[in-house]
Amino acid sequence: MRTFGFPDFLFMLEAARWTIALSLIAFAGGSVGGLLLALARISPNRLLRSAASGFIKLFQGTPLLLQLFLIFFGAPVIGIEVNPWTAASVALILNSSAFLGEIWRGCIEAIPAGQWEAAHALSLSYVSRLRDVILPQAFKIALPPTVGYLVQIIKGTSLAAIIGFVEVTRTGQIINNATFQPLVVFSVVAAIYFVLCWPLSLLAARMERRRAAAHAR
Amino acid sequence: MNYTFQFGDVFAAWPLLVRGTWITIQLSAEAMLLGLLVAILCAWGKTAGPRPLRWLINAYIELIRNTPFLVQLFFFYFALPALGVRWSAHTAALAAMVVNLGAYATEIIRAGIESIPKGQIEAGLALNLNAVDIFRFVILKPALRAIYPALTSQFILLMLASSVVSAISADDLTSVAANLQSQTFRSFEIYIVVAVIYLVLSLLFSALFRLIQRRWLSYPERR
Repeated sequence: MRTFGFPDFLFMLEAARWTIALSLIAFAGGSVGGLLLALARISPNRLLRSAASGFIKLFQGTPLLLQLFLIFFGAPVIGIEVNPWTAASVALILNSSAFLGEIWRGCIEAIPAGQWEAAHALSLSYVSRLRDVILPQAFKIALPPTVGYLVQIIKGTSLAAIIGFVEVTRTGQIINNATFQPLVVFSVVAAIYFVLCWPLSLLAARMERRRAAAHAR
Repeated sequence: MNYTFQFGDVFAAWPLLVRGTWITIQLSAEAMLLGLLVAILCAWGKTAGPRPLRWLINAYIELIRNTPFLVQLFFFYFALPALGVRWSAHTAALAAMVVNLGAYATEIIRAGIESIPKGQIEAGLALNLNAVDIFRFVILKPALRAIYPALTSQFILLMLASSVVSAISADDLTSVAANLQSQTFRSFEIYIVVAVIYLVLSLLFSALFRLIQRRWLSYPERR
Protein backbone atom coordinates (compact mmCIF):
# COMPACT_ATOMS: atom_id res chain seq x y z
CA MET A 1 0.00 0.00 0.00
CA ARG A 2 1.26 3.47 -0.78
CA THR A 3 0.42 6.82 0.69
CA PHE A 4 -1.19 9.77 -0.99
CA GLY A 5 1.55 11.89 -2.49
CA PHE A 6 2.19 14.75 -4.83
CA PRO A 7 1.99 12.59 -8.01
CA ASP A 8 -1.56 11.60 -6.99
CA PHE A 9 -2.43 15.24 -6.59
CA LEU A 10 -1.06 15.95 -10.06
CA PHE A 11 -3.07 13.03 -11.44
CA MET A 12 -6.22 14.63 -10.03
CA LEU A 13 -5.35 18.06 -11.38
CA GLU A 14 -4.82 16.53 -14.79
CA ALA A 15 -8.21 14.87 -14.55
CA ALA A 16 -9.71 18.28 -13.79
CA ARG A 17 -9.07 19.01 -17.47
CA TRP A 18 -11.66 16.42 -18.39
CA THR A 19 -14.13 17.77 -15.86
CA ILE A 20 -13.70 21.21 -17.42
CA ALA A 21 -13.86 19.88 -20.98
CA LEU A 22 -17.04 17.93 -20.26
CA SER A 23 -18.59 20.97 -18.58
CA LEU A 24 -17.79 23.16 -21.58
CA ILE A 25 -19.27 20.62 -23.99
CA ALA A 26 -22.40 20.35 -21.86
CA PHE A 27 -22.72 24.12 -21.61
CA ALA A 28 -22.14 24.75 -25.33
CA GLY A 29 -24.58 22.04 -26.39
CA GLY A 30 -27.01 22.95 -23.62
CA SER A 31 -27.02 26.59 -24.73
CA VAL A 32 -28.03 25.68 -28.26
CA GLY A 33 -30.66 23.20 -27.04
CA GLY A 34 -31.82 25.56 -24.30
CA LEU A 35 -32.30 28.45 -26.69
CA LEU A 36 -34.28 26.27 -29.10
CA LEU A 37 -36.43 24.97 -26.23
CA ALA A 38 -37.01 28.45 -24.81
CA LEU A 39 -38.05 29.72 -28.24
CA ALA A 40 -40.30 26.70 -28.79
CA ARG A 41 -41.90 27.31 -25.38
CA ILE A 42 -42.92 30.86 -26.33
CA SER A 43 -43.73 30.11 -29.96
CA PRO A 44 -47.24 30.76 -31.32
CA ASN A 45 -47.35 27.14 -32.53
CA ARG A 46 -49.16 24.98 -29.99
CA LEU A 47 -47.60 21.71 -31.10
CA LEU A 48 -44.10 23.15 -30.72
CA ARG A 49 -44.99 24.52 -27.29
CA SER A 50 -46.26 21.26 -25.90
CA ALA A 51 -43.41 19.23 -27.43
CA ALA A 52 -40.86 21.50 -25.74
CA SER A 53 -42.67 21.45 -22.42
CA GLY A 54 -42.93 17.65 -22.59
CA PHE A 55 -39.19 17.39 -23.19
CA ILE A 56 -38.47 19.71 -20.27
CA LYS A 57 -40.85 17.85 -17.91
CA LEU A 58 -39.24 14.56 -18.85
CA PHE A 59 -35.69 15.72 -18.23
CA GLN A 60 -36.49 17.72 -15.10
CA GLY A 61 -38.61 14.93 -13.66
CA THR A 62 -36.09 12.09 -13.90
CA PRO A 63 -32.65 11.83 -12.28
CA LEU A 64 -29.63 12.85 -14.36
CA LEU A 65 -28.00 9.55 -13.34
CA LEU A 66 -30.84 7.57 -14.94
CA GLN A 67 -30.59 9.67 -18.12
CA LEU A 68 -26.90 8.85 -18.19
CA PHE A 69 -27.58 5.12 -17.72
CA LEU A 70 -30.29 5.11 -20.37
CA ILE A 71 -28.00 6.64 -22.96
CA PHE A 72 -24.97 4.59 -21.96
CA PHE A 73 -26.81 1.27 -21.93
CA GLY A 74 -29.56 2.15 -24.37
CA ALA A 75 -27.56 3.42 -27.34
CA PRO A 76 -25.87 0.05 -28.02
CA VAL A 77 -29.33 -1.48 -28.12
CA ILE A 78 -30.33 0.64 -31.13
CA GLY A 79 -27.00 -0.14 -32.74
CA ILE A 80 -24.88 2.86 -31.76
CA GLU A 81 -21.67 2.08 -29.89
CA VAL A 82 -21.02 4.70 -27.23
CA ASN A 83 -18.04 5.26 -25.00
CA PRO A 84 -18.38 7.05 -21.65
CA TRP A 85 -17.28 10.32 -23.31
CA THR A 86 -20.18 10.40 -25.78
CA ALA A 87 -22.72 9.07 -23.30
CA ALA A 88 -21.76 11.65 -20.67
CA SER A 89 -21.71 14.48 -23.22
CA VAL A 90 -25.09 13.61 -24.71
CA ALA A 91 -26.78 13.11 -21.32
CA LEU A 92 -25.40 16.36 -19.90
CA ILE A 93 -26.28 18.30 -23.06
CA LEU A 94 -29.88 17.07 -23.03
CA ASN A 95 -30.24 17.66 -19.30
CA SER A 96 -28.79 21.17 -19.34
CA SER A 97 -30.86 22.01 -22.44
CA ALA A 98 -33.98 21.31 -20.40
CA PHE A 99 -32.89 23.40 -17.41
CA LEU A 100 -31.42 26.29 -19.43
CA GLY A 101 -34.50 26.26 -21.65
CA GLU A 102 -36.72 26.75 -18.62
CA ILE A 103 -34.47 29.45 -17.12
CA TRP A 104 -34.32 31.38 -20.38
CA ARG A 105 -38.04 31.09 -21.05
CA GLY A 106 -38.56 32.86 -17.74
CA CYS A 107 -36.13 35.60 -18.78
CA ILE A 108 -37.85 36.09 -22.14
CA GLU A 109 -41.24 36.25 -20.47
CA ALA A 110 -39.92 38.85 -18.03
CA ILE A 111 -39.69 41.33 -20.92
CA PRO A 112 -42.82 43.52 -20.75
CA ALA A 113 -45.48 42.86 -23.39
CA GLY A 114 -45.19 46.51 -24.45
CA GLN A 115 -41.83 45.71 -26.01
CA TRP A 116 -43.43 43.06 -28.22
CA GLU A 117 -46.25 45.40 -29.12
CA ALA A 118 -43.92 48.30 -29.89
CA ALA A 119 -41.81 46.06 -32.13
CA HIS A 120 -44.97 44.84 -33.80
CA ALA A 121 -46.16 48.39 -34.31
CA LEU A 122 -42.88 49.11 -36.12
CA SER A 123 -43.92 46.21 -38.36
CA LEU A 124 -40.85 44.14 -37.54
CA SER A 125 -41.08 40.49 -38.50
CA TYR A 126 -41.35 37.81 -35.78
CA VAL A 127 -37.68 36.88 -36.20
CA SER A 128 -36.59 40.50 -36.09
CA ARG A 129 -38.76 41.20 -33.05
CA LEU A 130 -37.08 38.36 -31.23
CA ARG A 131 -33.55 38.95 -32.45
CA ASP A 132 -33.38 42.74 -32.29
CA VAL A 133 -35.78 43.63 -29.49
CA ILE A 134 -36.60 40.83 -27.07
CA LEU A 135 -33.54 38.58 -26.90
CA PRO A 136 -30.95 41.33 -26.30
CA GLN A 137 -32.96 42.51 -23.29
CA ALA A 138 -33.63 38.99 -22.07
CA PHE A 139 -29.90 38.24 -22.36
CA LYS A 140 -29.13 40.81 -19.66
CA ILE A 141 -31.61 39.24 -17.26
CA ALA A 142 -30.43 35.74 -18.13
CA LEU A 143 -26.74 36.26 -17.45
CA PRO A 144 -26.64 35.82 -13.64
CA PRO A 145 -28.80 32.65 -13.47
CA THR A 146 -26.90 31.19 -16.42
CA VAL A 147 -23.55 31.63 -14.68
CA GLY A 148 -25.16 30.10 -11.60
CA TYR A 149 -26.33 27.14 -13.65
CA LEU A 150 -22.78 26.61 -14.92
CA VAL A 151 -21.94 25.56 -11.35
CA GLN A 152 -24.70 22.93 -11.52
CA ILE A 153 -23.23 21.62 -14.78
CA ILE A 154 -19.73 21.30 -13.34
CA LYS A 155 -21.11 19.40 -10.34
CA GLY A 156 -23.26 17.27 -12.64
CA THR A 157 -20.20 16.05 -14.55
CA SER A 158 -19.17 14.14 -11.41
CA LEU A 159 -21.90 11.59 -12.19
CA ALA A 160 -19.96 10.57 -15.30
CA ALA A 161 -17.56 8.88 -12.85
CA ILE A 162 -20.25 6.24 -12.23
CA ILE A 163 -20.16 5.05 -15.85
CA GLY A 164 -16.37 5.02 -15.78
CA PHE A 165 -15.50 8.37 -17.31
CA VAL A 166 -12.17 9.38 -15.77
CA GLU A 167 -12.59 12.88 -14.37
CA VAL A 168 -11.86 14.30 -10.92
CA THR A 169 -14.28 12.14 -8.92
CA ARG A 170 -13.27 8.95 -10.73
CA THR A 171 -9.56 9.63 -10.13
CA GLY A 172 -10.47 10.19 -6.49
CA GLN A 173 -12.05 6.73 -6.37
CA ILE A 174 -9.08 5.15 -8.13
CA ILE A 175 -6.51 6.78 -5.84
CA ASN A 176 -8.59 5.96 -2.78
CA ASN A 177 -8.64 2.31 -3.78
CA ALA A 178 -4.85 2.35 -3.97
CA THR A 179 -4.05 4.40 -0.88
CA PHE A 180 -6.99 3.82 1.52
CA GLN A 181 -6.80 7.43 2.63
CA PRO A 182 -10.37 8.51 1.90
CA LEU A 183 -10.23 11.56 4.16
CA VAL A 184 -7.32 13.15 2.29
CA VAL A 185 -8.37 11.96 -1.15
CA PHE A 186 -11.99 13.12 -1.04
CA SER A 187 -11.02 16.39 0.66
CA VAL A 188 -8.72 17.11 -2.26
CA VAL A 189 -11.45 16.12 -4.74
CA ALA A 190 -13.92 18.42 -2.99
CA ALA A 191 -11.33 21.21 -2.93
CA ILE A 192 -10.78 20.94 -6.69
CA TYR A 193 -14.52 21.27 -7.35
CA PHE A 194 -14.73 24.12 -4.89
CA VAL A 195 -11.96 26.01 -6.66
CA LEU A 196 -13.77 25.53 -9.97
CA CYS A 197 -17.25 26.42 -8.73
CA TRP A 198 -16.87 29.05 -6.04
CA PRO A 199 -15.59 31.87 -8.27
CA LEU A 200 -18.53 31.25 -10.60
CA SER A 201 -20.98 31.31 -7.68
CA LEU A 202 -19.50 34.60 -6.45
CA LEU A 203 -19.64 36.04 -9.97
CA ALA A 204 -23.28 35.02 -10.36
CA ALA A 205 -24.21 36.57 -7.00
CA ARG A 206 -22.34 39.78 -7.89
CA MET A 207 -24.04 40.06 -11.27
CA GLU A 208 -27.40 39.47 -9.64
CA ARG A 209 -26.79 42.21 -7.05
CA ARG A 210 -25.70 44.63 -9.77
CA ARG A 211 -28.73 43.87 -11.86
CA ALA A 212 -31.03 44.32 -8.88
CA ALA A 213 -29.34 47.62 -8.04
CA ALA A 214 -29.67 48.84 -11.61
CA HIS A 215 -33.29 47.79 -11.58
CA ALA A 216 -34.02 49.62 -8.32
CA ARG A 217 -32.85 52.92 -9.75
CA MET B 1 -32.91 -1.37 -35.19
CA ASN B 2 -33.54 -5.05 -34.60
CA TYR B 3 -33.97 -5.19 -30.88
CA THR B 4 -36.87 -6.91 -29.17
CA PHE B 5 -37.80 -5.27 -25.93
CA GLN B 6 -38.28 -7.79 -23.16
CA PHE B 7 -39.86 -6.28 -20.13
CA GLY B 8 -40.74 -9.70 -18.67
CA ASP B 9 -37.70 -9.97 -16.42
CA VAL B 10 -38.21 -6.43 -15.17
CA PHE B 11 -41.86 -6.86 -14.26
CA ALA B 12 -41.17 -10.27 -12.73
CA ALA B 13 -38.96 -8.46 -10.23
CA TRP B 14 -41.76 -6.11 -9.15
CA PRO B 15 -41.46 -6.84 -5.41
CA LEU B 16 -37.85 -5.63 -5.53
CA LEU B 17 -38.86 -2.53 -7.47
CA VAL B 18 -41.64 -1.73 -5.01
CA ARG B 19 -39.21 -2.12 -2.12
CA GLY B 20 -36.64 0.10 -3.82
CA THR B 21 -39.28 2.72 -4.57
CA TRP B 22 -40.43 2.67 -0.98
CA ILE B 23 -36.87 3.14 0.29
CA THR B 24 -36.34 6.04 -2.10
CA ILE B 25 -39.57 7.65 -0.85
CA GLN B 26 -38.59 7.03 2.76
CA LEU B 27 -35.04 8.36 2.36
CA SER B 28 -36.30 11.44 0.52
CA ALA B 29 -39.08 12.18 3.02
CA GLU B 30 -36.75 11.80 6.01
CA ALA B 31 -34.12 13.97 4.35
CA MET B 32 -36.73 16.63 3.51
CA LEU B 33 -37.97 16.86 7.10
CA LEU B 34 -34.54 16.78 8.75
CA GLY B 35 -33.04 19.04 6.07
CA LEU B 36 -35.84 21.55 6.59
CA LEU B 37 -35.14 21.52 10.33
CA VAL B 38 -31.41 22.10 9.75
CA ALA B 39 -32.25 24.86 7.29
CA ILE B 40 -34.63 26.67 9.65
CA LEU B 41 -32.03 26.60 12.44
CA CYS B 42 -29.28 27.78 10.09
CA ALA B 43 -31.46 30.48 8.55
CA TRP B 44 -32.29 31.73 12.03
CA GLY B 45 -28.60 31.65 12.98
CA LYS B 46 -27.65 33.44 9.79
CA THR B 47 -30.15 36.27 10.20
CA ALA B 48 -30.07 36.70 13.98
CA GLY B 49 -27.00 34.89 15.30
CA PRO B 50 -23.66 36.28 16.49
CA ARG B 51 -20.96 36.99 13.91
CA PRO B 52 -18.84 33.78 14.33
CA LEU B 53 -21.95 31.63 13.97
CA ARG B 54 -23.00 33.49 10.85
CA TRP B 55 -19.52 33.00 9.42
CA LEU B 56 -19.64 29.28 10.19
CA ILE B 57 -23.06 28.84 8.58
CA ASN B 58 -21.87 30.73 5.50
CA ALA B 59 -18.84 28.45 5.19
CA TYR B 60 -21.12 25.40 5.44
CA ILE B 61 -23.45 26.71 2.74
CA GLU B 62 -20.68 27.67 0.31
CA LEU B 63 -18.84 24.40 0.83
CA ILE B 64 -21.89 22.26 0.14
CA ARG B 65 -23.25 24.33 -2.73
CA ASN B 66 -19.95 24.34 -4.59
CA THR B 67 -19.09 20.63 -4.46
CA PRO B 68 -20.94 17.72 -6.12
CA PHE B 69 -23.38 15.62 -4.11
CA LEU B 70 -21.54 12.47 -5.19
CA VAL B 71 -18.32 13.70 -3.61
CA GLN B 72 -20.18 14.65 -0.42
CA LEU B 73 -21.64 11.16 -0.37
CA PHE B 74 -18.22 9.55 -0.77
CA PHE B 75 -16.93 11.77 1.99
CA PHE B 76 -19.67 10.65 4.36
CA TYR B 77 -19.42 6.98 3.43
CA PHE B 78 -15.66 6.47 2.98
CA ALA B 79 -13.92 9.34 4.78
CA LEU B 80 -15.93 9.76 7.99
CA PRO B 81 -15.58 6.06 8.99
CA ALA B 82 -11.81 6.66 8.82
CA LEU B 83 -12.41 9.18 11.61
CA GLY B 84 -14.24 6.55 13.65
CA VAL B 85 -17.88 7.15 12.61
CA ARG B 86 -19.51 3.77 12.07
CA TRP B 87 -22.63 3.73 9.97
CA SER B 88 -24.38 1.78 7.23
CA ALA B 89 -24.65 2.88 3.61
CA HIS B 90 -28.27 3.81 4.28
CA THR B 91 -27.47 6.10 7.22
CA ALA B 92 -24.51 7.66 5.42
CA ALA B 93 -26.78 8.34 2.44
CA LEU B 94 -29.42 9.95 4.64
CA ALA B 95 -26.81 12.08 6.43
CA ALA B 96 -25.34 13.27 3.13
CA MET B 97 -28.81 14.15 1.83
CA VAL B 98 -29.74 16.08 4.98
CA VAL B 99 -26.49 18.04 4.94
CA ASN B 100 -26.86 18.76 1.23
CA LEU B 101 -30.49 19.87 1.39
CA GLY B 102 -29.83 21.88 4.57
CA ALA B 103 -27.38 24.14 2.75
CA TYR B 104 -29.65 24.86 -0.22
CA ALA B 105 -32.77 25.27 1.88
CA THR B 106 -31.03 27.64 4.32
CA GLU B 107 -30.44 30.11 1.50
CA ILE B 108 -34.02 29.78 0.32
CA ILE B 109 -35.51 30.28 3.78
CA ARG B 110 -33.14 33.16 4.55
CA ALA B 111 -34.43 34.91 1.43
CA GLY B 112 -37.96 34.37 2.75
CA ILE B 113 -37.11 35.72 6.19
CA GLU B 114 -35.49 38.80 4.69
CA SER B 115 -38.63 39.47 2.67
CA ILE B 116 -40.63 40.02 5.88
CA PRO B 117 -41.14 43.75 6.37
CA LYS B 118 -39.70 45.19 9.57
CA GLY B 119 -43.04 46.69 10.50
CA GLN B 120 -44.53 43.23 10.72
CA ILE B 121 -41.98 42.19 13.35
CA GLU B 122 -42.54 45.45 15.23
CA ALA B 123 -46.26 44.74 15.15
CA GLY B 124 -45.49 41.38 16.75
CA LEU B 125 -43.45 43.12 19.45
CA ALA B 126 -46.27 45.58 20.01
CA LEU B 127 -48.62 42.66 20.60
CA ASN B 128 -46.21 41.54 23.34
CA LEU B 129 -45.29 38.26 21.64
CA ASN B 130 -42.07 36.69 22.88
CA ALA B 131 -39.05 36.11 20.61
CA VAL B 132 -39.89 32.48 19.86
CA ASP B 133 -43.51 33.26 18.97
CA ILE B 134 -42.44 36.16 16.79
CA PHE B 135 -40.04 33.89 14.94
CA ARG B 136 -42.61 31.14 14.57
CA PHE B 137 -45.74 33.03 13.63
CA VAL B 138 -44.65 36.45 12.42
CA ILE B 139 -41.47 35.55 10.55
CA LEU B 140 -41.26 31.85 9.72
CA LYS B 141 -44.76 31.07 8.54
CA PRO B 142 -45.11 34.01 6.14
CA ALA B 143 -41.52 33.40 5.02
CA LEU B 144 -42.23 29.74 4.26
CA ARG B 145 -45.30 30.81 2.40
CA ALA B 146 -43.34 33.25 0.27
CA ILE B 147 -40.62 30.79 -0.71
CA TYR B 148 -42.73 27.63 -0.78
CA PRO B 149 -42.43 27.02 -4.57
CA ALA B 150 -38.62 27.36 -4.49
CA LEU B 151 -38.38 25.14 -1.42
CA THR B 152 -40.53 22.36 -2.81
CA SER B 153 -38.73 22.32 -6.14
CA GLN B 154 -35.51 21.94 -4.15
CA PHE B 155 -37.17 19.01 -2.36
CA ILE B 156 -37.94 17.35 -5.67
CA LEU B 157 -34.41 17.95 -6.93
CA LEU B 158 -33.22 16.19 -3.76
CA MET B 159 -35.52 13.23 -4.41
CA LEU B 160 -34.08 12.92 -7.91
CA ALA B 161 -30.52 13.36 -6.64
CA SER B 162 -31.14 10.51 -4.20
CA SER B 163 -30.58 8.14 -7.15
CA VAL B 164 -26.90 8.97 -6.73
CA VAL B 165 -26.79 7.12 -3.39
CA SER B 166 -26.84 3.91 -5.44
CA ALA B 167 -23.12 4.62 -5.96
CA ILE B 168 -22.52 3.44 -2.37
CA SER B 169 -25.15 0.67 -2.74
CA ALA B 170 -27.65 2.11 -0.33
CA ASP B 171 -30.69 -0.06 -1.12
CA ASP B 172 -32.68 2.60 -3.01
CA LEU B 173 -34.55 2.31 -6.33
CA THR B 174 -31.51 2.92 -8.54
CA SER B 175 -29.47 0.33 -6.60
CA VAL B 176 -32.26 -2.18 -7.18
CA ALA B 177 -32.12 -1.32 -10.87
CA ALA B 178 -28.34 -1.78 -10.95
CA ASN B 179 -28.64 -5.19 -9.25
CA LEU B 180 -31.39 -6.33 -11.61
CA GLN B 181 -29.27 -5.17 -14.50
CA SER B 182 -26.37 -7.38 -13.50
CA GLN B 183 -28.68 -10.39 -13.08
CA THR B 184 -30.82 -10.12 -16.20
CA PHE B 185 -28.73 -7.93 -18.56
CA ARG B 186 -31.96 -6.16 -19.57
CA SER B 187 -30.37 -2.81 -18.77
CA PHE B 188 -32.30 -0.66 -21.25
CA GLU B 189 -35.71 -2.00 -20.21
CA ILE B 190 -34.89 -1.71 -16.51
CA TYR B 191 -33.70 1.87 -16.73
CA ILE B 192 -36.73 2.88 -18.78
CA VAL B 193 -39.07 1.44 -16.14
CA VAL B 194 -37.11 3.01 -13.29
CA ALA B 195 -36.99 6.41 -15.03
CA VAL B 196 -40.78 6.25 -15.37
CA ILE B 197 -41.07 5.44 -11.65
CA TYR B 198 -38.97 8.51 -10.80
CA LEU B 199 -41.11 10.65 -13.10
CA VAL B 200 -44.25 9.42 -11.33
CA LEU B 201 -42.62 10.03 -7.94
CA SER B 202 -41.77 13.61 -8.82
CA LEU B 203 -45.34 14.21 -10.01
CA LEU B 204 -46.71 12.65 -6.82
CA PHE B 205 -44.45 14.73 -4.61
CA SER B 206 -45.45 17.96 -6.35
CA ALA B 207 -49.12 17.02 -6.02
CA LEU B 208 -48.56 16.37 -2.31
CA PHE B 209 -46.80 19.72 -1.89
CA ARG B 210 -49.69 21.54 -3.56
CA LEU B 211 -52.07 19.80 -1.17
CA ILE B 212 -49.99 20.83 1.84
CA GLN B 213 -49.93 24.38 0.57
CA ARG B 214 -53.67 24.51 0.20
CA ARG B 215 -54.27 22.89 3.57
CA TRP B 216 -51.76 24.65 5.83
CA LEU B 217 -50.12 27.56 4.11
CA SER B 218 -52.96 29.48 2.63
CA TYR B 219 -54.97 32.00 4.54
CA PRO B 220 -57.30 34.70 3.32
CA GLU B 221 -55.53 37.59 1.62
CA ARG B 222 -56.15 41.04 3.00
CA ARG B 223 -58.36 42.88 0.56
